[in-house]
Amino acid sequence: MEVKEVKEKVARVLQKYRHDKSLLVDILQDIQAENGYLPREMLEEVSRGLDVPLSRVYSVATFFKAFSLKPRGRHLINVCLGTACHVRGADRVLGQIERELGIKKGENTPDLRFTLETVNCVGACALGPIVIIGEDYHGEMTPEKVSAVLKNYN
Amino acid sequence: MTRLKSLGELEALRKSIIKGRDPNKTCITVCNGTGCHAQGCKNVTAAFQEEVKRQNLAGKVDIRISGCHGFCERGPLVVIKPADIFYQRVRVKDIPEILAETIGKGNIVSRLLYTNPKTGEKIVHENEVPFYQRQKRIIFGNNGLIDPTSIDDYFAVGGYAALRKALQMTPEQIIEEIKKSGLRGRGGAGFPTGNKWESTRRAKGDAKYIICNSDEGDPGAYMDRSLIEGNPHSVLEGMLIGAFAIGSHQGYIYIRNEYPLAVKNVRLAIQQMEDIGLLGKDILGSGFDFNIRVNRGGGAFVCGEETALLASLEGKPGEPRAKYIYPSERGLWGQPTNVNNVETWANIPLIISNGADWYSQIGTEGSKGTKIFALVGNITNTGLVEVPMGITLREIVYDIGGGIPKGRRFKAVQTGGPSGGMIPESLLDMPVDFDELTKAGSMMGSGGMIVMDEKTCMVDMARYYTSFLEGESCGKCVPCREGLQRMREILTNITIGKGKKGDIELLEELSATLVDAALCALGGTAPNPVMSTIRHFRDEYEAHIKEKRCPAGVCNIGKARAK
Repeated sequence: MEVKEVKEKVARVLQKYRHDKSLLVDILQDIQAENGYLPREMLEEVSRGLDVPLSRVYSVATFFKAFSLKPRGRHLINVCLGTACHVRGADRVLGQIERELGIKKGENTPDLRFTLETVNCVGACALGPIVIIGEDYHGEMTPEKVSAVLKNYN
Repeated sequence: MTRLKSLGELEALRKSIIKGRDPNKTCITVCNGTGCHAQGCKNVTAAFQEEVKRQNLAGKVDIRISGCHGFCERGPLVVIKPADIFYQRVRVKDIPEILAETIGKGNIVSRLLYTNPKTGEKIVHENEVPFYQRQKRIIFGNNGLIDPTSIDDYFAVGGYAALRKALQMTPEQIIEEIKKSGLRGRGGAGFPTGNKWESTRRAKGDAKYIICNSDEGDPGAYMDRSLIEGNPHSVLEGMLIGAFAIGSHQGYIYIRNEYPLAVKNVRLAIQQMEDIGLLGKDILGSGFDFNIRVNRGGGAFVCGEETALLASLEGKPGEPRAKYIYPSERGLWGQPTNVNNVETWANIPLIISNGADWYSQIGTEGSKGTKIFALVGNITNTGLVEVPMGITLREIVYDIGGGIPKGRRFKAVQTGGPSGGMIPESLLDMPVDFDELTKAGSMMGSGGMIVMDEKTCMVDMARYYTSFLEGESCGKCVPCREGLQRMREILTNITIGKGKKGDIELLEELSATLVDAALCALGGTAPNPVMSTIRHFRDEYEAHIKEKRCPAGVCNIGKARAK
């Protein structure tokens, strides 16, 4: 990304939140939503723009589970490992996705098609185990269904 | 919309809204909570709208998108008012038939009705479904009646009438009323709400803040989300009343980013309040100023702990601090701050409208009112249930929840989230309230209720929760950071057949250390799953350790031995 683009993108988000330091989490959420992850240059720009030390921005960016400092795949898979999903066998679903894609949780596929993450409950417990891909909820998942579901995402 | 300038104008607006509505006009409500979303309610809603247009029924029938009805297991849910016909598992292909038969001819489409699994009988009306019959839905009930994106709908069901009443009371009178109601915080600890308000009001500070804690991190609990998503104005009205009583001019809603629909709906509701003059300067001519801001979380369980939440609100990592001084004295930016949970705030308008005497009739001696539980896990009727305090666990699990599916046996119910405890079958007849749950070695928590059948291994569950909490520990204090790691290692060893004599005692010792020495509530309650499983299911631990056998057949002990 070019310097100019980084500056513009960050400035837009900071403007939206009126350069309010206390909204750092929201600011990082928006940047991540737009770019898929938090690029280093953008964190530096946030630090300058808000006049908050980079160390603070970094500590917030690494504290919260929702943020990633590395690029992510086109489709984010979130396997719910909340308790309701756990007692219905979410671990086995996660294991099958890991085998199918040849990656572990927290990793990207080499072609950047998928990123695999886990989440601790999305509150759709009636349908557990739940797998969320992008914005789609796939309920009542089983290891057998994994392959067919993944085929829908390119 | 013009800003309302007085209490009279508010009442006039409500009257005109109600007058403009025909209570006898047919209204098809489609549940659009997250649970139903996951089951495809969006397409169902769109199909209804299209089909109504196509069949030219717009004059005859309204389509209303409603909040969560609670019976998530059977979604997408459709309720046709005013006859109250209850259809479940509705798919797009069913819609022309519903419109032609039920709306057109007044016939019931019997295949979409709920069947009582015990009697095989088809049930037509929502309130006759056993899942709803034993509930007392004073807080959650309006969810199904209103479109969460419409402030008019909220006015029509009596919304902001409590605010009108409160603005004619003194702050002290309001606090007295809340104290008298016996309301205790619904976030988990059960601190008396009125007392908390009073100490924040009395504390000295340049500014005072109130916060709605919507960082509902307990896996398996989603009642707060469904409230704020399905009836955001009820929470906001509670906050307005609280702010007036406490003397605060700035409120915050700290909400999980994992709940996108709730974030959207509450932001819209705040916008509507600002437009109409229910937020901002000189609200309804009372001279009282108040604003609310929404902050999203970043997926950290510990941020539900109030001091961690405050740190996060200040733009810092969400690490808790020791509570020698409570937030009601020094909270956000060092100022007196009152933090209440979503469900607590939603209770406020009810108490003010109906009075403390009415409210305190519901519930038990020490726990008043109702509580919403998320009934999930190995249970037939998954969903959100609102019950009076004091109901027994057996009634919740069997009468409302419909028991355990697949003909299996009940083993335990976990309440209070990851740092709650397991309750065995022998305690099922215990009344559910703050004090009884604590006595049983668990806690109320935010209201997750995870039912486990005989195929669930208690040692594995203890390992699961400990590993969850280890991951969510912020790492600031040693007992929690190191203790949970050690406990998880021991538990993992037990589940793979490497358990040793003395492991149980060591787990008990580590647990006691965490209870005594951890900095915040996360660490202090983290050993609950381990302690309660040892207390009630010690035989399972011993089977793993001595006999190298998992009675539930979950743990891969055999494999470990073969290696």
